[in-house]
Amino acid sequence: MTKQHKAVALISGGLDSMLAVRVLQEQGIEVEGINFYTGFCVEGHTHAIRNHDKEKQKRNNALWVAEQLGIKLHIVDVIEEYKDVLLNPKHGYGANMNPCLDCKIFMVGKAVEWVKEHHKDGFDFIVTGEVIGQRPMSQRKFTMPIISEESGADDLLLRPLCAKNLPETKPEREGWVDREKLYDFHGRNRKPQIALAKQFGLHDFASPAGGCCFLTDKSYSDKLVDLWQARNSREYELDDIMLLKVGRHIRPSDEFKLIIARDAGESKFLEGYRKQYTSLHALSHNGPMALVDGELKQEQYPLAAAIVARFGKGRSAEEVEIDIATPDQQRQQIKTAPLSADEVLQEWYV
Amino acid sequence: MSRQQLDARRMLCPMPVIKTQNQVAAMQVGDEIEVICTDPGALNDIPAWARINGHSVIDTVQDEDEIRITVRVGA
Repeated sequence: MTKQHKAVALISGGLDSMLAVRVLQEQGIEVEGINFYTGFCVEGHTHAIRNHDKEKQKRNNALWVAEQLGIKLHIVDVIEEYKDVLLNPKHGYGANMNPCLDCKIFMVGKAVEWVKEHHKDGFDFIVTGEVIGQRPMSQRKFTMPIISEESGADDLLLRPLCAKNLPETKPEREGWVDREKLYDFHGRNRKPQIALAKQFGLHDFASPAGGCCFLTDKSYSDKLVDLWQARNSREYELDDIMLLKVGRHIRPSDEFKLIIARDAGESKFLEGYRKQYTSLHALSHNGPMALVDGELKQEQYPLAAAIVARFGKGRSAEEVEIDIATPDQQRQQIKTAPLSADEVLQEWYV
Repeated sequence: MSRQQLDARRMLCPMPVIKTQNQVAAMQVGDEIEVICTDPGALNDIPAWARINGHSVIDTVQDEDEIRITVRVGA
């Protein structure tokens, strides 16, 4: 009896990894999925926070893809280990703070480790949905062998969507998969993938461009760099990088930044941090919850209160009463005139 | 059969799923785990995770602030 070969596939939740798995399933390969959570992944949580997105389906795309494919999915928390990838990328950053090539090497390397840890489950090789030329930094002809080598996957890394443009891998050489039935996709044109999806009867898939990481976003990267500069340190915790996804970030001083909720959903989310951060909210009018990141000195209370007052219903009132609470719940109330729109300086916005 | 609880309040998806997955890995078939979360994304993600991994959601209670999802561990 022929051995059934087994692969673990990196599942991002986008179309390419979905198709890569489907191509192998057509060849009778048993596939399980693995998804790495770095903390920077774009997922349903921003939908879960903001009010205006409440109608959007709050699904995790990787789980959804796994369900469509009928495969198991293992989600792995790599938040701590990922810090070194972000802070010290050997191959540098892309247009923003995105270390895409190092990230891919790291994730394939983690998959190699995971396969070793789960050796009893008998995984034979690793699969990605990479396509040569698809992404400007990580998915290029010359980066493909770099990823294979530096991850330690070597010729056990198969890219079914562009395998025909690459040297034979062990799964092909050994006849575990039929190379003739793999693909030669290349470039940024998505038509071949869309056509293949249609052929497989897949009609619903997440943004084909695959923007799955906040680090590729300029606004997010700017906030991250600002945080590092303000702290004079590039250390970060999960809460730090979560809070960069929420609210308006206003830095009127080197010492502190205000994170001001943009709607009730964000206010509720920020409320959960009141035992960790100094917080401000209006007592006399409806208004947003705001957190202070950094050190808010007593003499800066009036400025912080006047800024927060600006973003509530009392913005046109002569006076707004703002409650300021420290993490140990020492409270102080300040009555202040809200700043005008012009007084909240553009350069304060991070 | 054991019944365990997991406090995943204030965690954003997929962290409640990851914590559930890791706790369930050390549980036996038929055991139950009640996951308490605040991210509404969990209402979709934990059942999806349970379905693809052979577990079943046996109860979901949602009030204004919290969601409690009970999963029975499958084979």
